[in-house]
Amino acid sequence: MRRSVVLIAAPMLITGLLAGCGGGGESASPQGEGGSPGKVTLEWWHLSTSEPLKTLWAQRAKEFMAKNPNVTIKATVLENDAYKAKLTTITQSGKAPDIFATWGGGVLQQQIEAGLVKDLSGDVADVLPNFTPAALSAYQFDGKTYGLPTDIGLVGFWYNKKHFEKAGISEPPATWSAFLEDVTKLKAAGITPIALAGKEKWPGHYYWAYLAMRIAGLDALKQAATDHDFTKPDFVAAGQQVKALADLQPFQKGFLGAGYGTPDGQAATMGNGKAAMELMGQWAPATQESAGKGLGDDLGFFPFPAVEGGKGSIGDAFGGGGGLAVGTDAPKEAVDFVKYMTEMENHAKAVEAGGVLPVLKGEESAVKDANLKQVATLLAETTGYQLYLDQAYPPAVGQQVNDSVAELIGGTKTPEEVSQDITEVAKSEE
Amino acid sequence: MTTLTRGPEAVRLPAPAPAARRRGRWVTITLFLLPALVLFLLLVVAPMLVAVYSSAFKWNGFGGLPTDFIGLDNFTRLFGSEIFAQDLWHLLVLVVLSICLQLPFSLALAMLLNQRIRGRALYRVVFFAPYVLSEVITGVLFSLILAPDAGMANQLLSVFGIESEWLANPDTVMPSLFIVMTWKYFGFHMMIYLAGRQNIPNELIEAAQIDGATGWKTFRHVTLPLLGPTIRISIFLSVIYTIQLFDLVWILTGGGPSHSSETMAVTMMEWGFKRTQVGYASAISVVMFVLSLVFALIYQRFVMRRDLEGASTSMGGRR
Repeated sequence: MRRSVVLIAAPMLITGLLAGCGGGGESASPQGEGGSPGKVTLEWWHLSTSEPLKTLWAQRAKEFMAKNPNVTIKATVLENDAYKAKLTTITQSGKAPDIFATWGGGVLQQQIEAGLVKDLSGDVADVLPNFTPAALSAYQFDGKTYGLPTDIGLVGFWYNKKHFEKAGISEPPATWSAFLEDVTKLKAAGITPIALAGKEKWPGHYYWAYLAMRIAGLDALKQAATDHDFTKPDFVAAGQQVKALADLQPFQKGFLGAGYGTPDGQAATMGNGKAAMELMGQWAPATQESAGKGLGDDLGFFPFPAVEGGKGSIGDAFGGGGGLAVGTDAPKEAVDFVKYMTEMENHAKAVEAGGVLPVLKGEESAVKDANLKQVATLLAETTGYQLYLDQAYPPAVGQQVNDSVAELIGGTKTPEEVSQDITEVAKSEE
Repeated sequence: MTTLTRGPEAVRLPAPAPAARRRGRWVTITLFLLPALVLFLLLVVAPMLVAVYSSAFKWNGFGGLPTDFIGLDNFTRLFGSEIFAQDLWHLLVLVVLSICLQLPFSLALAMLLNQRIRGRALYRVVFFAPYVLSEVITGVLFSLILAPDAGMANQLLSVFGIESEWLANPDTVMPSLFIVMTWKYFGFHMMIYLAGRQNIPNELIEAAQIDGATGWKTFRHVTLPLLGPTIRISIFLSVIYTIQLFDLVWILTGGGPSHSSETMAVTMMEWGFKRTQVGYASAISVVMFVLSLVFALIYQRFVMRRDLEGASTSMGGRR
């Protein structure tokens, strides 16, 4: 805003949708006499390093610059871990990029509390109804909106149909006990049941998180965020089920040292047909193809099974997406760009290319891939939605969940100790 | 660390001069030192003080200076932490292994390459080469070599029917890490020893041989004692490096599986940058600093005393 207050008219013409309330919250008075728009450079940080998004996002930026000749978008594209590290460093120094990719949740909340993120509520009020509630939930706190989603997905089991057939499993398991039985069947057939990246701890935390959702229920996870108590019997029970699974030794050889996207990591193991399934998010097929050969039509998907007697339903989904947030001091054009990126016409291109899943209502038809269509349908029908725990909780708690589950799977900690450890760190954040 | 304790050496004065001249010299010295001193204060001392200061706070690192004072709570928590105790244990293991295996190995190689053998210059370069690689490159390289399934190490060793999970198993991760550390650093220590060995006048060796000393006896009673200062500095460097060990571990294992290869610096990184409990991470860094400092002081005061005569640790070395 400081850098250019002039640009009220131009973006209104371009983004159309914006028209009604574009300048609502901000008193924008043309500066100078000529009213010609001042030059603006937008720093845009994101982490879409793989295709098709890499190219698509760059195209969107180019189009936006073409329509707004005074705007220059400088994109910084980093791989996941590097992105998180760099963003943490810069936010700790008290700054934020003009536009940056975010997963929402606890991390975004910390940045908001530090005054680094712009409250977009007024600027985006006109477009909010276009988004699906599940997609938006991670970026809204206390009724205010701090980002717009570009992607949303869920975690579930991706499986190799051929391996299941060979082990004599006719249908994907719908209950946890059936799942454990199938693991035993796969092992008996000489197939590694599950691929897991033990070196990177986040893939392991999916198991505990889903089991906690199924056994303790979504409300219990939400409550734990406020009362910092993870020692309730239901959470311990979730840990016991993770241990029950780990005790079957279902993972590939050397999984404790395996990465996720590396040449011998989880995705490659799955993509090269060396394991029967993996618990992973909607990007799994793409990574299987880039890290390994990919399974093509042999790849299937089923939601995380229900646990008998648990409080959660099989319709509750666990996952997250990605969105764009705007730095506090960012010029007005930053918000315009975020809205531009999430317009139906522009966003649907990324959905069609298979890069992201629908975040806008009625966008489902753009999904081409059969498996992703299943994911999109599940998303549209979710009974509840839980954001990744390492994003939903403050970073210290989220990382401790990751760590503790890794210890549980590695056999160095008991379910009770795990509950204790997580609680301890959660209390230290009070 | 070493710069800290050895700084004053440079300011040592010659024999007493007339007062006026001495004052003039002081002005000159101060002027010349000023730029370096300012940088040193700004980039070394100030961050250290900030770390000490923030270690007394509960702080997530965002916005200005911390405000939530909690006294020594971070330290109490740290000393009660199982992971930190493990970090110290790993430090001890690596230091003992380095001193007992890595350094003697480097010494043996240095002695070997001091002989007149064909192509020794080439050997020296080849053995020194790993040291030139960055830690990160070494880490990436060995995570490929030691990969459990398709890694080169297992492919080669399978010929002999040997197979290991290397970094993927809590029981083998520390030895594997030590192998990588040794691969990277033996050349460096070898070079130091080689330089030290070449400073020993050949007359001494010859004299011993004339007196009838055999190869081993010459080494044990002439070469080794005369290499003393070199060995002491190489142990010193090795220990200080191990206290601060980070890059290799971070790339190879990230401290895993289940913290079984974690070092203090890795724990600090975890809490400071991944979990944003910067106050707690600062406490870890303070402990690392104190540990390095105390070790450096004690070691220089008692072990390297004769080697460093005149350094600040021997009370200004007044003579």
